[in-house]
Amino acid sequence: MGKKILLEHINVPGIETYDVYRKQGGYTAVEKALKTMTPDEVVEEVKKSGVRGRGGAGFPMGMKWSFLAKPEGVPRYLVCNADESEPGTFKDHYLMKNLPHVLIEGMIISSYALGANKSFIYVRGELMYVVRILEKAIAEAKAAGFLGKNILGTGYDLELVVQPGGGAYICGEETALLESLEGKRGNPRNKPPFPAVKGLYQSPTVVNNVESIATTSWIINNGGEAYAAIGIGRSAGTKLISASGHIKKPGVYEIELGVPVEEFIYSDEWCGGIRDGHHLKAVVAGGSSVPILPANLILKLANGDPRLMTYESLSDGGFQTGTMLGSGGFIVFDETSCIVRNTWNFARFYHHESCGQCSPCREGTGWMERVLHRIEYGHGNQHDIDLLVDVAKKIEGNTICPLGDAAAWPVASAIRHFRDEFEWHITNPSEATQPGAVFKGDMALV
Amino acid sequence: MENTQPQLFKVTIDGIEVEVEPGTTILQAARKIGGDMAPPAMCYYQPLKGSGGKCRACLVRVAAGSAKDPRPMPKLVASCITPVQDGMVVENSTNEQVLSTRKAIVEFLLINHPLDCPVCDQAGECDLQNFAFNHGMATTRYEEKRRTFDKQDIGPYIQLHMTRCILCYRCVFTADQITQKRVHGVLGRGDAAEIGTYIEKAIDNDFSGNVIDVCPVGALTDKTFRFKNRVWFTKPVDAHRDCPTCSGNVTLWYRGEDVIRVTARKNEWNEVTEFICNTCRFDKKSTSDWVIEGPTKVSRSSVISVNKARRDAIIPDFQKKLAAATYTDVHEERDTSQLGIQQLPPERFAPVLPHANDPEP
Amino acid sequence: MTETQNTVEFTPERLTKAQEIIARYPEGRQKSALLPLLHLAQEQWGWLSPEVMDYVARMLDIQAIEVYEVATFYTMFHLDPVGKHVIEYCRTGPCCLMGGEEVYDYLKQKLGIQAGETTPDQKFTLKEVECLAACGMGPVFQIREQYYMHLTKERVDEIIEELSK
Repeated sequence: MGKKILLEHINVPGIETYDVYRKQGGYTAVEKALKTMTPDEVVEEVKKSGVRGRGGAGFPMGMKWSFLAKPEGVPRYLVCNADESEPGTFKDHYLMKNLPHVLIEGMIISSYALGANKSFIYVRGELMYVVRILEKAIAEAKAAGFLGKNILGTGYDLELVVQPGGGAYICGEETALLESLEGKRGNPRNKPPFPAVKGLYQSPTVVNNVESIATTSWIINNGGEAYAAIGIGRSAGTKLISASGHIKKPGVYEIELGVPVEEFIYSDEWCGGIRDGHHLKAVVAGGSSVPILPANLILKLANGDPRLMTYESLSDGGFQTGTMLGSGGFIVFDETSCIVRNTWNFARFYHHESCGQCSPCREGTGWMERVLHRIEYGHGNQHDIDLLVDVAKKIEGNTICPLGDAAAWPVASAIRHFRDEFEWHITNPSEATQPGAVFKGDMALV
Repeated sequence: MENTQPQLFKVTIDGIEVEVEPGTTILQAARKIGGDMAPPAMCYYQPLKGSGGKCRACLVRVAAGSAKDPRPMPKLVASCITPVQDGMVVENSTNEQVLSTRKAIVEFLLINHPLDCPVCDQAGECDLQNFAFNHGMATTRYEEKRRTFDKQDIGPYIQLHMTRCILCYRCVFTADQITQKRVHGVLGRGDAAEIGTYIEKAIDNDFSGNVIDVCPVGALTDKTFRFKNRVWFTKPVDAHRDCPTCSGNVTLWYRGEDVIRVTARKNEWNEVTEFICNTCRFDKKSTSDWVIEGPTKVSRSSVISVNKARRDAIIPDFQKKLAAATYTDVHEERDTSQLGIQQLPPERFAPVLPHANDPEP
Repeated sequence: MTETQNTVEFTPERLTKAQEIIARYPEGRQKSALLPLLHLAQEQWGWLSPEVMDYVARMLDIQAIEVYEVATFYTMFHLDPVGKHVIEYCRTGPCCLMGGEEVYDYLKQKLGIQAGETTPDQKFTLKEVECLAACGMGPVFQIREQYYMHLTKERVDEIIEELSK
């Protein structure tokens, strides 16, 4: 279970420089793709690999590529989504900072496959230091002849531009990202048209996550079938998991999809277990927007089988007993965590980050935050709980972009699985508002 | 020879079939059927390119995507921006989910909107008021604080009361599309977003007044008309003048002999048909400035139509019929033998008299 | 640091950088340079005054309102004067699980200011921000481009002392 694809050379000193990366076999995939493969063959290989979008949606990347419209005389664009902002997720940050050339190499291969001659890496503005790391790596790659005009004498031209964002979670939504890249407010676009037809500058565009693009060099070097052989079924390959919260060893881990959740949490290879003297209470497995699950449901499926770190296993049971792999932001809560406070915290996040364009999200996120704030601070009413469920339901599915769903799910799932805790806050306000007070009712801890 | 006639798409909306040209949106197809078939629209505005999709008031269910692919669409779709397909089946007011979502949209739009229609200039011609009345609930579940802003003058003619704004973006599209230089826009984000100029600036160009007409609520109002009257007391009349700047086709709003307001003409969906210039709107307020064409056609359901005609002219024997229908012989009800009442038969009721609020004949 | 409209101009190095940035985008798409230029401007002036934003608008040949709309949308841009060091601390869930709230309360108490305020000596401004994508290393704050991770009260003492010098 220890297969490393992206982080294989993470511990090699100087791996962030071109020379060291090259010595470790870097850029051989670019040579192979550009010199021996047609763009369509690259697309085919990526399709065969079964790699799915690692930003959160999990849409097969090869299929997304094959949707790209190719009208004559119109430029096509590849845009890398490095706007990583989903609470609990920090894998792209880690990858770009430590292994910038893995991304640059993937960008070259992907751009070649899509026929793009100018590609963008949109990095969240807060990571300005990473922007500089990437710019340095691009300059190195260019000096080595892997970027610019007539790359490796193949006649293929490519320019990479690193674009900083300005502080807006919503720009992780692909059409908001494109708006932002055009110098506008990050308001998601109405779809259709999809970016594959009308994206950046109204031209056909593919937007892919950092981790997805970074996998392409391994796929080209080793073949799509080899990639598909890793993992389980439709959850092919490896996935970077950002582990945070009450575990012994927070950090970014590359796992082969299919590791049991229990092993991931307790094995020393990964999270190393819950911090000393404490017990597992709940997990948010795929970034703040996916449903929170209590300890018993995250470890086991309804039929008693162990739950695995795959797209399918994590979503087993639907939202009643399951969740999603999402972006792989794995947040672990022990029994000292107050679910109400955390739900309010997440609701505040989505309220703060709503672009304000469509009414259910603009008004609903603020409404949920205010009600949750009241409950957390001892001013809740019994009817508030059902109100929250209903408001979340009315936002979900009715908005322009998925931020509405992302705001609704954490609230709805927290109430679904921890309703007692909300009720306790409402019926025992003086106790619940004491510093550090946490519900100690009947609850399955592990 | 190829058939050059554009092929028409057949669409079924709430069981009614309509044929429209490819590229037509669901909302426009529904409007073609007319009347109540059209979903409500708070942000979509046909004359403004790029408008729509934001308020979510017009969400409908697509029960069948097309004849070729009759699968239903997984989510409700914004009818104002979704093009029809041949054989598409749409559920609007026949779908429970659509209606309850619409109710929710009203509630969302109202949580930060003041419920003070009685003192708002837009009352009577407010899209949100109509939307809430037709689709909303009578009460709100919102108990939190509402956002408020101070009123702002943006130029000599227009007042912005952001508290009422529902962020439809119509005024921004208007400034973008019919003026040379946009100075106002949407600032901030989320529910803290606001329409504004950022630094105090007047919106001064020949067509700035049109933002008042496109505003669906009372956020942008005509300072020359504010608090002068209620629209249902005024009488709209179509008129035109030779204007060097715009078409000069307007609606004059009379109170008695005075023109108290000039607006662009609107169609039955409350959309401006031709944008007008500020000179026509703000400076030409005497009847002598205009060539009068005749009364503006106003929907019977609009409060503006109230009191616009003598009742006896519309329904000559309404009162008589009403009296006949509700006539009860008092003797059936109680013993009046001791009272000496002489009851008039219904046909003896006096003819309809003009009402105090009726306009002059 | 406010300057009048006439004197608002990038330093020669930044002007060159700005021109390089503008040249990255296809013909007619220079508006794409807006966010990078606003960052560059904030680097020079510390915050974005209307005069600075107007300058950027002229440089990109767009309306001033287009710059205001964008600058007010993104939270990284300071629209009011700030202190020498702007401490942007992450208030989102994962950092709070790691004791963020206590550390930030300590920070506020130490500086004697609340989020959104600047110390009277103009040295520090506190700003609450959402997730900085460093959840495994929380609590986290950022000062300019530098991330400060695994924060504790002791670390806060050290950092503030270092920056106060």
